[in-house]
Amino acid sequence: MIKVLPFEEPIVQLKTKIEELKEYTASADVDMSAEIIHLEARLKKLEHEIYENMEPWDRVQVARHPSRPTTRDYIQLLCTDFMELHGDRLYGDDAAIIGGIALFEGRPITIIGHQRGIDTKENIKRNFGMPHPEGYRKALRLMKQAEKFKRPIICMIDTKGAYPGKAAEERGQSEAIARNLVEMAGLKVPVISIVIGEGGSGGALALGVANHIHMLENSTYSVISPEGAASILWKDASLAKQAAEAMKITAPDLKKMEIIDTVIQEVHGGAHKNIEAQAEYMKETLINSLIELEKLTPDELIENRYIKFKNIGEFNE
Amino acid sequence: MSIRDIFRKNQKKRYATIPTEKAKNDVPEGIMMKCPECRKNVFTKDLMKNLKVCPTCDHHMKMTAWERVDIFLDEDSFVSMDDHLETVNPLNFPSYTEKIKADGQKTGLNEAVLTGIGKLDGQQVAIAIMDSHFRMGSMGSVVGEKITRAVEKATELGIPFIIYTASGGARMQEGVLSLMQMAKTSVALRRHSDHGLLYISILTHPTTGGVSASFASVGDINIAEPKALIGFAGRRVIEQTVREKLPEDFQTAEFLMNHGQLDAIIHRKEMREKVASIVHLHTTKEVTK
Repeated sequence: MIKVLPFEEPIVQLKTKIEELKEYTASADVDMSAEIIHLEARLKKLEHEIYENMEPWDRVQVARHPSRPTTRDYIQLLCTDFMELHGDRLYGDDAAIIGGIALFEGRPITIIGHQRGIDTKENIKRNFGMPHPEGYRKALRLMKQAEKFKRPIICMIDTKGAYPGKAAEERGQSEAIARNLVEMAGLKVPVISIVIGEGGSGGALALGVANHIHMLENSTYSVISPEGAASILWKDASLAKQAAEAMKITAPDLKKMEIIDTVIQEVHGGAHKNIEAQAEYMKETLINSLIELEKLTPDELIENRYIKFKNIGEFNE
Repeated sequence: MSIRDIFRKNQKKRYATIPTEKAKNDVPEGIMMKCPECRKNVFTKDLMKNLKVCPTCDHHMKMTAWERVDIFLDEDSFVSMDDHLETVNPLNFPSYTEKIKADGQKTGLNEAVLTGIGKLDGQQVAIAIMDSHFRMGSMGSVVGEKITRAVEKATELGIPFIIYTASGGARMQEGVLSLMQMAKTSVALRRHSDHGLLYISILTHPTTGGVSASFASVGDINIAEPKALIGFAGRRVIEQTVREKLPEDFQTAEFLMNHGQLDAIIHRKEMREKVASIVHLHTTKEVTK
């Protein structure tokens, strides 16, 4: 059973009603088909109304949906011959970030992403998709490997943030993130990042210094979670809904601010409703990005990234 | 009380002046300062002579950006840059603009970092000095832009870039724009580094969050002032997450040093000399007989 989000409840209620009527029609002699047709038309309209006018907080809910597809799901649907590579060669293998080599449309690529678990057991193993320094160092190792073999890099961003723990601090969480930012800036191959769920702060950005940044329509990218923002700014975490609006964290918001390149359309109600269809939407954007970026020389790619980030910021001169 | 009473030995004190609560803690404005660490009072004049280091416990107190210019660079060599950049309120946060204005008046800075070109023992350097008296030194668009421009200037002139960090992290009121300043400063530092130029990061109290997780941690040489608080996540957040008591020295400069995150911890009194020497080590090229 897929979890129903509060804002979709009217749709689910109507759907149940239609199902009931259908059952009734089938079992009893009364013909309710006219009624059913009428209600189905209303359902279509309602779905359109609700899914086309999602509030920021609704999108946050979808981005956090327990059934939302993860990096691994997209790798399976988009790529063939995926070979996962492990470890940072320094300390350990962080399961909160996965990465490896694969074929995308017949082209070898390196693909890396944050990895959440699908149940509690896996979430404990993967630390709820919140990496330690070794996760970022593994990601960087794979990026450098991609650069050597001239493979484009695709990064999938899906984390609440880098893990705030004692061991993480001891092993240099700050340095691991900072190093990725500086090293990604200098990569001689195309880098494409896609935010597929939650893009939480520095822990997300450490896979995000890309030539093209895309976001799924119902994903978020922010400096702090809406709950955190609400508790810092208004000393009340329950104001998260208002914070989600005020902080401008949704894909359409970031597109408006010209921070990201593309908002990738999602299937009605969110990517979890039809993963295959969602992967198709994503594939199209990725192919376009790759075609565009592969025309650039290594120097142009670095320059392109430089100009992209140099231009972000609002101030009066 | 008779006159005689005054000369009587072993007399019991019959009355005393009781200072008010306020007067007890009050130190005359400007003349004396209290060390936040050992709580001893110090004459401000003595403290300034001692580079704002407590003479009793050696605690390195916070400094303003201009105070650092005075003690770190050659006299009258500093020329500031980009003082005209103005912070805007991109997310329309209530009272954000007013807070920026107030801190501007308090510190005499346009934002939480002062940047420019100066000389260190005769050697030209580009420098950025963050000031935690301005919005906790947090990084918004203007802080990111000023640092980026200072790095670009260093690249253009082919000179070292030195930064003094002091920051609580990203500026919440500018949302994702402030997060992106981490990437912006990084792309500029990458270019500076690709030109074979020296970058020294001096971490001071406090350097946390997005600033610690970007430019502060990637100097060719990372130096800290003694006991400075340096870390990614806040202590309270970590305690709540891991549910265990953290060591006393957790996230101090000494803790980072022990865990291999720093090249050196240098006392404020020796900072100018040592950093100047590092810069010399990167410019002297020929063997002289």
